Amino acid sequence: MVERNLFKRAAPHVFLIAAIAVIVFPIWLVFVASTHTLQEIITAPMPAWLGGHFLENYGSALLHGTENLGTSALTMMKNSLIMALGISTGKIVVSLLAAFAIVFFDFKFKKICFWSIFVTLMLPVEVRIMPTYKVISDLGLLNTYAGLILPMIVSATAVFLFRQFFMTIPREITEASQIDGATPMGFFRYILVPMTKTPIAAMFVIQFIYGWNQYLWPLLITTKQKYYTLLIGINRMLSGADTQIEWHIVMATVMLAMLPPVLVVIAMQKQFVAGMTDTEK
Amino acid sequence: MTKQYEFHNRGLPLLLVMPQMVIVVIFFFWPAAQAILQSLFIQDPFGMSQKFTGISNYVALFNDKTYFNALVLSFAYAAVVAFSAMVIALFLAVQANKKIAGQTFYKTMLIWPYAVATMVAGVLWLFLFNPNIGVVAYYMKHTLGINWNHLLNSSQAFLLVTVAASWKQIAYNFVFFLAGLQSVPATLIEAAAIDGASPIKRFWRITFPLLSPTTFYLLVMNVVYAFFETFPIIHQVTAGGPGQSTSILVYRVWKDGAVNLDLGSSSTQSVVLMVIVIALTVVQFRFIERKVEY
Repeated sequence: MVERNLFKRAAPHVFLIAAIAVIVFPIWLVFVASTHTLQEIITAPMPAWLGGHFLENYGSALLHGTENLGTSALTMMKNSLIMALGISTGKIVVSLLAAFAIVFFDFKFKKICFWSIFVTLMLPVEVRIMPTYKVISDLGLLNTYAGLILPMIVSATAVFLFRQFFMTIPREITEASQIDGATPMGFFRYILVPMTKTPIAAMFVIQFIYGWNQYLWPLLITTKQKYYTLLIGINRMLSGADTQIEWHIVMATVMLAMLPPVLVVIAMQKQFVAGMTDTEK
Repeated sequence: MTKQYEFHNRGLPLLLVMPQMVIVVIFFFWPAAQAILQSLFIQDPFGMSQKFTGISNYVALFNDKTYFNALVLSFAYAAVVAFSAMVIALFLAVQANKKIAGQTFYKTMLIWPYAVATMVAGVLWLFLFNPNIGVVAYYMKHTLGINWNHLLNSSQAFLLVTVAASWKQIAYNFVFFLAGLQSVPATLIEAAAIDGASPIKRFWRITFPLLSPTTFYLLVMNVVYAFFETFPIIHQVTAGGPGQSTSILVYRVWKDGAVNLDLGSSSTQSVVLMVIVIALTVVQFRFIERKVEY
C-alpha cells in the first residue's frame, strides 16, 4: 500500500537514514583516522574530514605494522585469508560428503552418525574452548594453520543445509543416473554437486565471514607473529602497555580487516540472505 | 519428501561420513568429555599433578559470590543486548519493507555490517569512547559535562559493551525480520486495512503474531550471541573491568583457563555453560515444534 500523506511517506526514509548514519558513523571516523598522522588523531577532537596520509599509513601498515607488533598487515592478511578459505572450503567439502552419505545411502551406524553430528549444533566453540585448546596442544597443532582451521569446521550447520537441499532432489534424477550407469561418486561429482551450486555459494559466504572474523580461537593458539591473523594483530597493537598506541596504523589495519568480508557480503548479498534464512528452518 | 536411499554400498557411505565424524569426535566429543572430566579434578597450576575431588569444583564455584554475580550480569547483559538489537532491527525492517524508493540501497546498507567482525565492532566503539582521544568522549565532556571513562566507571563500561554488542547484532536480526515480513501475505494486511484497522493495529494484530517464529528464533540466537560470541568486545573494550563489572561468563572461562591457569575451575564453568546452551536449545526445539503461531 502506498501512503498518501506526505509526512507518512517521508518517515521511513528519515528513520532509515538516521539508522544508517548511526551504523556508518564509527566506521567513517575510523576511516578518517586512517588518513591522518598520529599527532592529528591524538589531539582531541580529531578531524572529521579525510587527511592526506592515506597512502603513507596504509603503506606502512601493510609492509611494517607498528613498532610493538613485529609483523605486517600483509602477512596477517595472508593468515586471515588462509584461515577463512580453509574453514569455508573445508567445511563445505566435508559437509557435502557427509550429507551425501546420509541422504543417499542406508548404512550401519547411520543413526549414530546423524545424531552425533546433530548435537554439535548445540555447543558453540566458545563453551569448550579450553579443553579444545588442550586437544590441539596435545596434537602438536599450536601455531599451525591446521590448528587454526580444524576445530572451526566442527559445527554441523552446513551438513544440515545440504541435507535439506538433497532431500528435495527428485528421486527420478537419481534413478535416471543409475540407469545410465553412473556410479555413486559419478552421480555426486557430475550431477549432485553442480545442482547444489546455490546452497554451496550461500554456505561459502557465511563460512568465509565466520572464518575471517574468528577471534577467541586464534587468540589462544597463535603465539608466534608469523601466524597472527588481522584481528589478533589489532589486539596486540592496542595492548602495548608502555608505548603510545600508533592509532593511525591501527585504524588502517582495522579498515583492511573489515574490507574483505564486507565486499563478499555486498557482492553476494542474495546468496548470503538466502543461506542465512534457510539454515533457520 | 521421498526417501532417497538409491545407492547400495556398504563401505562407501562410511568412508564418506568419515571426515566429518573424525572431526566431530576429535574436536567436539573429546573436548566436551575432557571438560566434564577435568571439572572433577583439581590440578596444580603447572599441570604436574591432579587430584580427583568429585563435585568440589562445582561447590566452590557456586559458593563463589563473584561467579554468582557474573551469572546475573550475563543474563542482564544478554537481555539488554537481545532486546535492543531486536527491537531496533524489527523497527528498521518494517520501515525497509514499505514500498519506498531506494529500498535496495537501504537494505544493502543495513545488511553489510553483518560482515564486520565482533572484535572490530569493539574497536570501533572503543575508538569513539576512548577517554583520551575518543571523539564522543570529548564532546560528552565539553558540551554535556559528562566525564566519560569506561575504564573507571562500571556503569559506563556496561553501557559501552552493550551498545557495541547490540550495534553489531542489528544487521543479523534485520536480515531475518525482513525475510519474515516479506512472507506475511499482503492480502491479509490489505483486508485488515479495508476493514478500517489502523497501521499500528495491523502491525500488532496481524504482522507481529505471524512473525512469532522468527522472533522466537532470533531471541534464542541473540541470547546465545550475547552470552558467547561477544567475547571479543569484552576482551577488547573493557577486559572484564573495571573490577568484575563486565566479566560475563565466557570471559571468565577464558580468563580463569588461559590467564589464571585454573583449569579445574575453567572446565567446571565450561560445563555450566554447556548446560545453559543445551537448555536454550531444548527450549528452542520445543517452541519450533509448536510453531509459535496463532
